[in-house]
Amino acid sequence: MTESAPARATRTPRRHAVPLTFVNAAAVEITGLVKRFGSVTAVDGLDLKMPTGEILALLGPNGAGKTTTVEICEGFRHADAGTVRVLGLDPARDGSALRPRVGVMPQGGGAYPGVRAEEMLRLVAACAADPLDPAWMLDVLGLGTARRTPFKRLSGGQQQRLSLACALIGRPELVFLDEPTAGMDPQARRLVWELLGALRTDGVSVLLTTHLMEEAEALADDVVIVDDGTVIAQGSPGALTAEHAEDAHLRFRARPGLDTRLLAAALPEGYVVRESTPGSYRVIGHVDPQVVSTVTSWCAQQGVLADELHVGRRDLEEVFLELTGRELRT
Amino acid sequence: MTTSRFAPGTFTPAPGRGRLGRMLAAHARVETALTLRHGEQILLTLLIPLALLIGLSLLDVLPAGEFAGMERVDWITPRILALAVLSSAFTGQAIALGFDRRYGVLKRLSATALPRWLLVAGRLVAALVVVTLQVLVLGAVAALLGWSPSAAGIAFGVVLLAVGTLCFGALGVLLGGALRAEAVLALANIVWFVLLLAGGILMVPSALPDTYATVVGLLPSGALAEGLHAALVDGTFSAGACAVLAAWTVVAAAIATRTTKLT
Repeated sequence: MTESAPARATRTPRRHAVPLTFVNAAAVEITGLVKRFGSVTAVDGLDLKMPTGEILALLGPNGAGKTTTVEICEGFRHADAGTVRVLGLDPARDGSALRPRVGVMPQGGGAYPGVRAEEMLRLVAACAADPLDPAWMLDVLGLGTARRTPFKRLSGGQQQRLSLACALIGRPELVFLDEPTAGMDPQARRLVWELLGALRTDGVSVLLTTHLMEEAEALADDVVIVDDGTVIAQGSPGALTAEHAEDAHLRFRARPGLDTRLLAAALPEGYVVRESTPGSYRVIGHVDPQVVSTVTSWCAQQGVLADELHVGRRDLEEVFLELTGRELRT
Repeated sequence: MTTSRFAPGTFTPAPGRGRLGRMLAAHARVETALTLRHGEQILLTLLIPLALLIGLSLLDVLPAGEFAGMERVDWITPRILALAVLSSAFTGQAIALGFDRRYGVLKRLSATALPRWLLVAGRLVAALVVVTLQVLVLGAVAALLGWSPSAAGIAFGVVLLAVGTLCFGALGVLLGGALRAEAVLALANIVWFVLLLAGGILMVPSALPDTYATVVGLLPSGALAEGLHAALVDGTFSAGACAVLAAWTVVAAAIATRTTKLT
């Protein structure tokens, strides 16, 4: 803002080029974001750029700084350092210009305890100039029968769907969804995924947080993996899982009960061999033709046939494990 | 990704802020409906004042010296109206706000295009609607009990009720927006009880020791009760009471804008 504020005030043409390109480039752009709570640094130099019209997933374990980052983008919290631009605006200063354009689904929803589902959605709809039809929205999200149910008596999944409806009802150009499918059954989760696909088709930008790998892989154009308040990897799900594709794994089937320690000893140092289920083996490490040959010839020496030999691509779960040394779901 | 359920273009962005009047009406309507639907709120805002109105009008429990020859119902009704305002605009408001914050409704609404000032304005409009309904019910029951207010003072009474509602509403937002829901619940009820008994609603300042009487007259409860008494019994406008209420309103609102938390 220190760059663009004087440009706006003086209308110097030569300075316009920078902020205008900047405005058009990204739905969300975060540079060097820092947020501390007392002695705890929740966000620690986070950078992120989200192009307009795409779905970006912030993926990471609880406490990684995802919600704090999103709440700064929504204008609920102020950054200690760094810059945040949402649709080219500063959420801390330009909130009243920004809020009509942005749909927000806060973590855990938000409604009057005694308000009826339809009442709440109609109230939020009244805040928008050209909202979607609340009755249609409730039906489509499977809340048609819960229309008159007080918020506190809705199930967790129903509260989440109402909250999602509130985020979308005003036809926003950008939505922030904090753990949108938390507490939902698989059927409702599918519905939400389908809905997010429709949003992308219609050119709505979506920034969501999740700790579900499958959600990020199924939905997102871009995945940003966050841990300890900083970005540890980012890219499309395909790119992230292919990045070290040679570090894939080799799976094969054979007679149960082979001595995996002997096989590991036959391989170069650093390889891990596991019998994940009886008769199903997995070799983890750098898989090249030499390794495949070693495995098959070792099996032949044992008098067994290595069957269904398969070199697998990693999924995001493995990417995360490798980057952090920890399981995502803890 | 299938989009069978959603025709292309369903979610094409068309953002914009709703009209202010429509937002205010929608917000105030929901706030009013929630108050009227809430059993404990009705007990606090209507049933207790009604019970006190009927009981103190019919039973000989208050010292006779206070009436100075007037009908008991004429003496008690202005004070019950002050209690009604204290109950709904302050205690009910504060408790509702405390729990609304816990359920994330302020955060939810402040993430919409609703301006921040409208979040408070909607609650105050709802408080005015609720007080109007309370006054109509209590006034009708008082009339059945023989209440005959000063005709000249009714307009003054309406002004004081409106200023009193804004004053207690601002104090309610100040309390309800600052503390945890349970603390708000406890404190709002204690304040209600203390002001009812010792804040000039049931006890008349003139019947109290001088210093204490001055303090009570400067409390919003004492000012509202005395102002309503002057209007509805004597038919006079108490500018002093109105000034006290206005001063409390300004101070409470100024502090509340700094201390009110969304969650």
